[in-house]
Amino acid sequence: MDKLVLDSPSIERAIVRMAHEILENNKGATGLLTLVGIHTRGVILANRLEKVLQAITQVKVPIGLLDINLYRDDLTKVSEQPVIHKTEINFDLDNKIVVLVDDVLYTGRTIRSALDALVDFGRPKRIELAVLIDRGHRELPIRADFVGKNIPTSEEEIVHVRFLETDNKEEVVVTQK
Amino acid sequence: MKTQWTKKDFLSVEELSREEIELIFTTTESFKEVSTRDVKKVPALRGKTIANLFFEPSTRTRTSFEVAAKRLSADIINFSSSGSSTSKGESLTDTAKNIEAMHVDTIVMRHPSSGSAEYLARCVKAGVINAGDGIHEHPTQGLLDIFTMKENKKSIEGLRVCLVGDILHSRVARSNIWGLKKLGARITVCGPPTLIPPGIEKLGVEVSYDIDSVIKDQDVLNILRIQLERQKGAFFPSIREYAAEFGISTDRMKKAKKDVIIMHPGPINRGVELASEVADGPRSVILDQVTNGVAVRMAILFHTTLVERKS
Repeated sequence: MDKLVLDSPSIERAIVRMAHEILENNKGATGLLTLVGIHTRGVILANRLEKVLQAITQVKVPIGLLDINLYRDDLTKVSEQPVIHKTEINFDLDNKIVVLVDDVLYTGRTIRSALDALVDFGRPKRIELAVLIDRGHRELPIRADFVGKNIPTSEEEIVHVRFLETDNKEEVVVTQK
Repeated sequence: MKTQWTKKDFLSVEELSREEIELIFTTTESFKEVSTRDVKKVPALRGKTIANLFFEPSTRTRTSFEVAAKRLSADIINFSSSGSSTSKGESLTDTAKNIEAMHVDTIVMRHPSSGSAEYLARCVKAGVINAGDGIHEHPTQGLLDIFTMKENKKSIEGLRVCLVGDILHSRVARSNIWGLKKLGARITVCGPPTLIPPGIEKLGVEVSYDIDSVIKDQDVLNILRIQLERQKGAFFPSIREYAAEFGISTDRMKKAKKDVIIMHPGPINRGVELASEVADGPRSVILDQVTNGVAVRMAILFHTTLVERKS
C-alpha cells in the first residue's frame, strides 16, 4: 500500500522554499555559502538547490559530494559491504558556511558520519542541514535547519524519495516494510 | 548487478572473477581521493589490527601496505623474518598461530615458497593477503598494474600489453597475465628463451623472443626486473648482452607507439632492462604505479578485513 506524500510539483516547490530559507538564514553571508550533498540523492538535491540559489542571487555556490560509508558507526557490523563512492570536495571549507544536504533525515546516524567526514576536510564557520523529508525517530541529538516536509512515520514504514535523475520519476512515497 | 565481496583472503588474481576485479577498482578510485586530502585518513578500519609478515626482504610492498592500513585507521604491526623466531627454527604455522593469538584480523604475507599464502589461509582464521609467494603470484602488484593501465588507457578490453624480461621467475608476470586475460587484453610475453617458461602459451599469451619485432604494436610495455640475484643460473650470457637485446632504450622507444606507456614494478636496474631516460621520460607511469599501489591495497584490505568471519 503506497502512500504518495509529495508529487513532482510539490517537490519543486519545497526545494524553492528551502533555497529561500537558506538565503534568509545566511543574510549578508551568501558569499560564504557552500553545498555538500550526501551520496546518492543528497547530491541530486544539492544540485537542484544550487540551481535555484543561482537563479535568485546570480552567484554560483560551490558544490561538493560526500560518501559517508567509510565513517559509518556500523561499518564493521553490516553483513553487506557498501559500495564506496567518490568524495569530491574541491574547495576549501575553512570559514565557509556548509549546508549539508540529504534526502531523508531518520536516525541521524548518517549526518553524524557526515559531520565527522566534513571536519576532516577543514574547519567550516558553520554547518547547517537541509533535508527534503524529516521522518522523525532520531537516535542522536541532531536536527535539520531546512526541511522540505515533515512526515510522521512509524518504524515499520519506508520512505522512498525518487528523482528523475536516478529513478525516472519524481515523487516521495511511503510504503510498509 | 551489484557484486558482493565474500573472500576473507586475497591469495591470487587467478581465483578472482572479472566482477571482483572491477569491484576492487571501483573502491580503489574512491580511496585514491583519500590520499590527496590534508587529513589522509578515514576511520573505515578503526580498531582492526593488520600484521605484515615478511619472510623476504621488501621495502616498497611492505611500506605500501603499511601506508594503506594507516590511511584506513587500522593498527599495523611488522614482523620480518631476520631476527625473529623463524631464524630460531619456528615453523610458518606456529608463527602465524602466535600472531593470530594476539587477535590480528588480517595477515599480509610475503614468503619465498610458492603456495605458502594459500597454506597459511587454511591454517588461520585471520584473513590472509598474499604479498608475493615464491614464483607463483603477486596479486596486489598485478591489480595495481592493471588499474594503472586502465587509468591511462580507459579500458583493458582489446589492449595490447607486452610483458618484457624474466617471465620464468616473475610472480608479477603471472598475476598480470591472469588479470589481463579476464579483462580481455591481448598479451605478449617477450624475453630470452631461457627466461620464458615452456608451455606459457597455454595461458593464452603470445610468445616472442625479439622485442624489436613486437614493440610497434603495443599499448603497454610492462618491463620486469631482471632478478640479478637469480642470475647465477646463467640464463643469458651477460648483463650487457641482455641490455642490448631486450633493454628498453631511447632508440628502441622510437619504434614504439607514440602513446605507449612504460611500466615497471621496481626496483629498476637502470641501464639494464630500462634506460634512465625512458624510466624518467614522458611515457613512464612508474610513479603512478606506486601511488595507485597504496589505493589498490587500501581497497583490498578494506574488503577482506570487513568480510564477516566465521568464529
